[in-house]
Amino acid sequence: MTTYIVSLSPHEKGPLSTEKIMWGVVLALLPSFGFAAYFFGIRAIVVTLVAAITCILTELIIQKYLMKTTVTALDGSAAITGILLAFNVPSSIPLWEIVVGAVFAIAIGKMAFGGLGRNPFNPALLGRAFMLASFPVDMTTWPIPVKTQWLWNMGKTVDGTTAATPLGFLKEGVKMGDSVGALAANRPELFDYLNLFVGNVGGCIGEVSALAILIGGIYLMYRKIISWHIPVFYLAALALITGIFWLSDPAKYADPLFHILAGGAMLGAWFMATDMVTSPMTAKGQIIFAVCGGLLCGLIRLFGSFPEGCSYSILIMNAFVPLIDKYVKPTRFGKEVNYA
Amino acid sequence: MNLKTFKIGGVHPPENKLSAGVPIEAAALPKRAFIHLGQHLGAPAKPVVQKGDKVKVGTLIGTADGFISANVHSSVSGTVFGIEPVADVSGYKRPAVIIDVEGDEWEPAIDRTPTLKKEITLDKKAIIEKIKEAGIVGLGGATFPAHVKYLVPEGKNVDTLLINGVECEPYLTSDHRLMLERSDELLIGARTLMAALGVEKAIIGIEANKPDAIALLERKAKDYAGITIQPLKVQYPQGAEKQLIKACLNREVPSGKLPLDVGCVVNNVGTAVAVYDAVQKNKPLFERIVTITGKKMKKRANFVVRVGTPISQLIEACGGAPDGTTKLINGGPMMGKAMVSAEIPVTKGTSGIILVDASEAKRREPSACIRCAKCVEACPMGLEPYFIEKLTEYARWDETEEAGAADCVECGSCQFTCPAARPLLDNIRLAKTTVMRIRRERSKK
Repeated sequence: MTTYIVSLSPHEKGPLSTEKIMWGVVLALLPSFGFAAYFFGIRAIVVTLVAAITCILTELIIQKYLMKTTVTALDGSAAITGILLAFNVPSSIPLWEIVVGAVFAIAIGKMAFGGLGRNPFNPALLGRAFMLASFPVDMTTWPIPVKTQWLWNMGKTVDGTTAATPLGFLKEGVKMGDSVGALAANRPELFDYLNLFVGNVGGCIGEVSALAILIGGIYLMYRKIISWHIPVFYLAALALITGIFWLSDPAKYADPLFHILAGGAMLGAWFMATDMVTSPMTAKGQIIFAVCGGLLCGLIRLFGSFPEGCSYSILIMNAFVPLIDKYVKPTRFGKEVNYA
Repeated sequence: MNLKTFKIGGVHPPENKLSAGVPIEAAALPKRAFIHLGQHLGAPAKPVVQKGDKVKVGTLIGTADGFISANVHSSVSGTVFGIEPVADVSGYKRPAVIIDVEGDEWEPAIDRTPTLKKEITLDKKAIIEKIKEAGIVGLGGATFPAHVKYLVPEGKNVDTLLINGVECEPYLTSDHRLMLERSDELLIGARTLMAALGVEKAIIGIEANKPDAIALLERKAKDYAGITIQPLKVQYPQGAEKQLIKACLNREVPSGKLPLDVGCVVNNVGTAVAVYDAVQKNKPLFERIVTITGKKMKKRANFVVRVGTPISQLIEACGGAPDGTTKLINGGPMMGKAMVSAEIPVTKGTSGIILVDASEAKRREPSACIRCAKCVEACPMGLEPYFIEKLTEYARWDETEEAGAADCVECGSCQFTCPAARPLLDNIRLAKTTVMRIRRERSKK
């Protein structure tokens, strides 16, 4: 008599796996990577690869020698952390600094909490926050896109000039008392929507091109890896708060479209706020998370001391996720009886 | 086509309806039949035959023991060999009447003519009594004694009969073939059940992947007052009672309540045909349609099988299990039970047997939850499977109750969709049974 495998139902398994999701996200980051390579050259490629490899190695070493558990460093999640961290720094960052940031992101941001799925904060953003606090000058020196792309040492030398980010230029200018209109007339290329959309402006490696991010984001939605709720509500909330102030005083505040396209809002909304591990579990919760995040980002940009508030807004909202998940529950079947 | 469906959750597993085109054929009689006395939900029947008794096809061999129980009839003619424990689907040995088959002699009261008997002459009470006598249970898989559903308690107002022709489980095609080949009996059976309930409205819900059955029944239903066919979007678990009611009538059965509470009764298409056989043809329930299928099978079949026939015999009739078959599923792949061996008899609830190849038989190794929320999206009951799983791991039963573990319909959508291959349903089942036990203990106090 033949005996058979006995297991509990379901006996059918869907096609999704953690690896497919994670490498799918990596694939979705490729357009941004391509644009970054075009605008910032070989250095952007090297920084990104160094960050990704450092993250994978850090996770591997910790899992193998400290936690002594199954090594899952190649499941793609560490690679995402590395790529996103690199995308959040200028391409001129010294390599040893990105290595330190990557080790921090994985070791402290992820593995210290128990590894994949247990980290409360987005590891890449934690890494970025750590680097910004540790290396403030290197983290805010921006190479000029396209012009310096094949120069290894760019951002520091060439002819001594560095680029400004649109948000940084705006913040400084407004602080000096200039009107938005005057600033735009002074450096029109920083306020040109097409430049902002394509990514031909100073900034972090992966954040400059809204177009590339959009391509990746649509791919993620097509693969059903993310839902539309978080990016759409995040950007809408950002547009709302910046729009209100823009309407109240267009000379002092930039318009909402500028705020969406400039800086890290697009990258944050599509790739970092949507991080499964650190975002809420229900659609309702995700909307609350995204709206609050977008508002915070706008407030930091308008009134904070930093020109950019995207990464902090997401980190702050990460902290609220357990609370949101505790109180925002899905609608149960049979709860709302609509039969009289 | 106006396709309806339920609103929350659901998944779409590969349909694999490989045997949909195979007409129903009669399976050979077994040499020895093993007829379980507990083939239904509730108390097992009490045997009324003993070793050495001669029985015919349709002879009563077990009587219902209690309110929720059902009669059991012999499916073969011959001599009772004894009443002994025989392994059932779950692998446990339970009492069964074993009959050595001699010939195929039917009880004379059974009308074996193929003529269709359209006219329903019996009244409400007599119909329900017939259903009870014939030992009819829900043939969709739950095997709930059918007559109980039609004894509507005072104060409950039922207005609709729902006939479940969804067959949302992948692979299975027994209901599909039944709808195609016994459509008139199905419609008359539905009319009979409407009379038993005293309602003027019946809906037959069928998923859109069975367009031939929808077209045929839509054409024929015109001759039967009050019966409409509702095509449904293909979505698992639409065949679950609560989801079907939501899809067809947009009514939600509240937690812990019955379809009766929202004014309807649900039965499977197979049950409706069995009711026709019992009421119009005086034929008790002793055979059913069983799909034998699998990706590697050379011959697949939809057999009419006498209850008590060993499943191994059906597999042999299809050319035997293909090499590399390592799992036998009794029922669909989403909710069916994996069997220890093929030496298990067919019961009233056996809708199909799936032979699964080694490449698909094993579960993937689970990895850490990545909080992707796919399980929350997939749950048709609006629960949070990941959360109940966590609570179960820590044995925090009070909280699993609050989280709705008892509402789980065990459809498996969460576990099917989980990218980390977490054993979500395994844990939720544990929580559900524990919560049920705690509730029973609480009500005793």
